[in-house]
Amino acid sequence: MNSISKNILYGLLLLVLLAAPFIGLYPVLVMKLLCFALFASAFNLLLGYTGLLSFGHAAFLGGSAYISGHALKVWGVPPELGLVIGTLAGAVLGWLVGALAIRRQGIYFTMITLALAQMLFFFCLQMPFTGGEDGLQGVPRGRLLGFIELGNDINMYYFTLLVTVGAFLLIMRIVHSPFGQILKAIKENEPRAISLGYDTQRFKLLVFVLSAALSGLAGSLKTLAMGFATLTDVHWTMSGSVVLMTLVGGLGTLSGPLVGATVVIALENKLGEIGHFLAGVSGIDWFNALGESVTMVIGFIFVVCVLAFRRGIMGEAIALVDRWRGKQA
Amino acid sequence: MDFFGIPLSALLSQLLLGLVNGSFYAILSLGLAVIFGLLNVINFAHGALFMLGAVLTWMGMNYLELNYWVMLVLAPLLVGLLGVVIERLFLRWIYRLDHLYGLLLTLGLTLMLEGVLRSAYGVSGLPYSAPIAGATNLGFMVMPNYRGFVVLASLVVCFLTWYVIEKTKLGAYLRAGTENPRLVEAFGINVPLMVTLTYGFGVALAGLAGVLAAPIMQVSPLMGQNLIIIVFAVVVIGGMGSILGTILTGLGLGVIEGLTKVFYPEASSTVVFVIMAIVLLIRPAGLFGKEK
Amino acid sequence: MKHTVKLLTLALGAAGLFTAAHAQDKVRIGFTTDMSSLYSDVDGKNGAMAIQMAIDDFGGKVLGKPIELLTADHQNKADIAASKAREWFDTQGIDAMIGGTNSGTALATAKVAEEKKKLYIVNGAGSSALTNAACSPYTVHYAYDTVALAKGTGGAVVKQGGKDWFFLTADYAFGHALETDTANVVKAAGGTVKGTVRAPLNTSDFSSFLLQAQSSGAKILGLANAGGDTIASIKAASEFGITKTMKLAGLLMFVTDIHSLGLKDTQGMYLTDSWYWDKDDASRAFAKKFFDKAKRMPTSIQAANYSATTTYLKAVTAAKSTDSDKVMEQLKSMKIDDFFGKGSIRPDGRYVHDMYLMEVKKPADSKQPWDYMKVAATLKGDDVFTTKAESKCALWK
Repeated sequence: MNSISKNILYGLLLLVLLAAPFIGLYPVLVMKLLCFALFASAFNLLLGYTGLLSFGHAAFLGGSAYISGHALKVWGVPPELGLVIGTLAGAVLGWLVGALAIRRQGIYFTMITLALAQMLFFFCLQMPFTGGEDGLQGVPRGRLLGFIELGNDINMYYFTLLVTVGAFLLIMRIVHSPFGQILKAIKENEPRAISLGYDTQRFKLLVFVLSAALSGLAGSLKTLAMGFATLTDVHWTMSGSVVLMTLVGGLGTLSGPLVGATVVIALENKLGEIGHFLAGVSGIDWFNALGESVTMVIGFIFVVCVLAFRRGIMGEAIALVDRWRGKQA
Repeated sequence: MDFFGIPLSALLSQLLLGLVNGSFYAILSLGLAVIFGLLNVINFAHGALFMLGAVLTWMGMNYLELNYWVMLVLAPLLVGLLGVVIERLFLRWIYRLDHLYGLLLTLGLTLMLEGVLRSAYGVSGLPYSAPIAGATNLGFMVMPNYRGFVVLASLVVCFLTWYVIEKTKLGAYLRAGTENPRLVEAFGINVPLMVTLTYGFGVALAGLAGVLAAPIMQVSPLMGQNLIIIVFAVVVIGGMGSILGTILTGLGLGVIEGLTKVFYPEASSTVVFVIMAIVLLIRPAGLFGKEK
Repeated sequence: MKHTVKLLTLALGAAGLFTAAHAQDKVRIGFTTDMSSLYSDVDGKNGAMAIQMAIDDFGGKVLGKPIELLTADHQNKADIAASKAREWFDTQGIDAMIGGTNSGTALATAKVAEEKKKLYIVNGAGSSALTNAACSPYTVHYAYDTVALAKGTGGAVVKQGGKDWFFLTADYAFGHALETDTANVVKAAGGTVKGTVRAPLNTSDFSSFLLQAQSSGAKILGLANAGGDTIASIKAASEFGITKTMKLAGLLMFVTDIHSLGLKDTQGMYLTDSWYWDKDDASRAFAKKFFDKAKRMPTSIQAANYSATTTYLKAVTAAKSTDSDKVMEQLKSMKIDDFFGKGSIRPDGRYVHDMYLMEVKKPADSKQPWDYMKVAATLKGDDVFTTKAESKCALWK
């Protein structure tokens, strides 16, 4: 797939997103989608491009969500500053977790990230300032740069779009840079990278912190848009969700996480309607109850993806296109 | 009598409860370690299969009026059987792949199992009464007899597992297969069959823990969720080097958790993870582990 | 080809995000509650059914427009409740929300309703903050609240001689509110609080918390939790012999909890409730209709759902509009009198009606299934709800 057609497609996507509030898309839902698309893209930096599976990324999304939420609500900082604080919080948490986790390889690395994230979950559950089960509610959106009223959904939407597109361009830049090449090398063959003289531990830590910081940005943005931060954001099922989004969308592709996030969020929100639709079409009444078992459907997709669909939607799509082009040439 | 201002009765009673929890940690981490040792798969489904053991026990009681003792034997067998099916149908395709797929596959199976049961039964507890009624007054607390039974049963099961793996010929094949599957196969041993049976056995242990847990914890489709992550931490702390080490770590951590509940209750849910972080800094291979 | 593939995928996903515009040809009521977790018996799906019963009994129409009920399971998660409420207000054009169980979700939903300037009638949640520190011109707290429970049950137990308390609290808004309100009652009557322990919502094993309670030496164990948590705590308490040295005070209990536990373990317990199915003929009549459909007797919350819906529809008819400000004006000025209760709604949103101190019967005294309690005393609304002096709500000064 050459870069001109890729850019055309991204441009088309951007146009759709710019026009979204005017073509009947519910802005709050699209904002949520954009935040998760960013989260998945940040996660993909670590998994798809460096080959490190972190099962505790919810710690960065949720931890930053709480910290920025607290800053916005209790300290009353303006929204821009809230986002900066959230991103920094993600980076710091990422440094703490990453430094500990990269001491082991492979599965141990994953289990350590999971356990440390769980520790943060219990911490958030008990600390009074997070509001525990009730969550941090009533986070104000404030005024951007002192005068743009973000309480208005349309303004908030375009601000969200601006931030996520900017962050995504940053990720693109990272992937296509020499730094990104080294990450790929580490993924493919770490001993060889070491033998070439690269301090792989340093690179792994750096990409971990970057991924965590961008996840923190996604978390803070989500808090700003939705107005609350809750335990769902730090629960391990959130970590599992982002893995699924990346896997379904396509590991190691830039557009994969975007597609994956869309599919998973649409699934979570609209499964009931999809169930009714399938029931109507096929006549099987059981589909009507589909809406109540989001977990089961997501599990099913996980299993199918791992067994048969490992390249994910975009991975398969790109492979398909390349093969078709190969036939043509 | 007081220890640091805490009455002795409070200390001993929490210690005893901690031992009960530790028994569950021991059985579950044992199954997990055995599976990981031979299959190199992190069995995320361990928590869900533990839950399945408990749910099957409840179902047996409610639908077929089978009593607890029957289910104590039947439920682990059923779970083990399901384990064999899972291994043959799903796991064997992913051995050659990166370890992450094993984790994701078993995670997917977990979600499916929990999702189906959740839509059938909701997430609040299904009540299950203790099969051994009554309690013994130990002076410092009233101890329900059933919990004492759980500790005893767990110790017996752990000891038996240790004995089989460390002292019998079957266990020797298993240990050899962990170190060098090709060579063992060359000796004429059916390694794939051994792998399948090992997985079945490992999850049967989880199912057994579930049956034991049913009267203590509320039987609910989500009862395995938080437990599995603590068990992961236990396995990382213990290291996967020795069976005995895993058992001791499980029991020990349960007791430490109980002690924390006395002195500093707020930290009791995170103490295992804090210990894990410390162990990783000082001894990355785990307390009883061997660097591979 | 590749354009099509990529765009098709994105389009399919995005199609899920499109929302249809709804014409304002119906009156829509939204209802979220816990339908699958520890409070599902107390309110849950049958609570939704009660609302639908009220709609049907009202004729299915108000102001000439058909009435539609939207329901969802918030799973006790404040983010799901708040997001659902916001989505319904923005895209489905609902006119009012009715609130099911869980104070955390209620507080979050109340904020959204206030922002959207729409009516929110809370039945299932208990936190007194809804009409006090967190009061809003759009919230009506209909059934019960933690202050009434505290003054009712707490007052009765203290009068019987229960002076030192230990609290086992569900660690969220409701538990904290109930604990605080009851502790205030205990201290005002000269009692002491020996300690408290907080347990996460939907805890499965209460043994270690109960042992902590026992080692405190208090005589009364106040259970500041509800639903599945209360059932589990009471079971564990009798298993560990706690009931031999401490008396249990279930600060929020419903007839469904007694049904699960049985009279043997609960006899003699006091509880405060806003309604009981056997209290008079009108209540029994409603209970029978409900039982025929649900095969279970209604709890006070389910009855409140029915009553609140009917009251709302009456107010809409009287106001000749679904505009929340006009309907709220009606609600705060009309006299309410039905099988559920008799009284009126205060400026701070609190519906003041009688509460009942109930005592759980001995097994021998129960004549039929669900005949579990008798009314020990009727508590006048003005005595048990927050007084003007105690209130911090700006709407009621």
